[in-house]
Amino acid sequence: MLDALDKKIICMMQDEFPLVENPYQEIADKIGISEDELLKRLTSYKETGKIRKMGAVLRHREVGYRSNALCLWIVPKERLEEIGSFMAKNPEISHCYDRVVVPDWQYNLYTMVHAHSREECKEIAARLAEKTGLTEYTMLFSVKEWKKTSMRYFHDEHK
Amino acid sequence: MLSAFDKSLLNMLQTDLPIAKRPFAVLAERLGTEEAVVLERLTWLKENGYIRRIGPFFDSVALGYTGTLVAVNVEEEYLEAVAQKINEYVEITHNYERESEYNLWFTLLTPTLERQKEILDTIEKQKGVRRLLSLPTTKKFKISVQFKL
Repeated sequence: MLDALDKKIICMMQDEFPLVENPYQEIADKIGISEDELLKRLTSYKETGKIRKMGAVLRHREVGYRSNALCLWIVPKERLEEIGSFMAKNPEISHCYDRVVVPDWQYNLYTMVHAHSREECKEIAARLAEKTGLTEYTMLFSVKEWKKTSMRYFHDEHK
Repeated sequence: MLSAFDKSLLNMLQTDLPIAKRPFAVLAERLGTEEAVVLERLTWLKENGYIRRIGPFFDSVALGYTGTLVAVNVEEEYLEAVAQKINEYVEITHNYERESEYNLWFTLLTPTLERQKEILDTIEKQKGVRRLLSLPTTKKFKISVQFKL
């Protein structure tokens, strides 16, 4: 369970990470705890999976990945594990989720494909289709990014 | 343009920022350079828009949040108004217009299912919304936004 200090730490860690020699000390000072306490708690979040990654996320357009498509697949239930694991191994895929099926929408496996161009996205999907033998899929290319922000956990409680 | 050093630094930083005192000195040592050089390059890369965010990326489920992906079929003439309404919610972090009969796709993260329902009900009632599908995850196979440079 998360205590009040955990929530405060999680909230504050979502602010800009200081690019200085002692960034954790600077953050700890703002929270009002010692650097050691902050490092201890962050390490435990990482070990328990609350932090899934500590590092940087790049702006994909700026680093050359200009096209992205949400690629949706109809995967038979009995092949879900095998195909989900296969998709996850491909570096062009950043997200791979199984989602509920609703009457109007039969796709169950959702993969986010990133590439340098729309053509390359299509080639990647075609290759994945061939390798898996899946025939029913669709690609939803983004035409406009209306919003893209980072989530602010426990923001209301601490700001 | 990114130099070979910038690329190595970004590749390393995408996977692991040490949780330790002087984390950039640790990275510098791995890259065979000085802490000051790492800090100078990272400041430049951040200011020039290559880095979206540095820090921890939390697992929403492990923090007790409930998520869903939502597909909305909106009449073309109301698309902008509905997209703006969706953008108002802090619980909605990604909102994309896509080429599909469902032309808006957004992600929603809330501390409770009640809050999720409240937001979805409000959006479903916006003028121009024909249909709305909530597609929660049943299994996550991968979440790893990394770009090999």
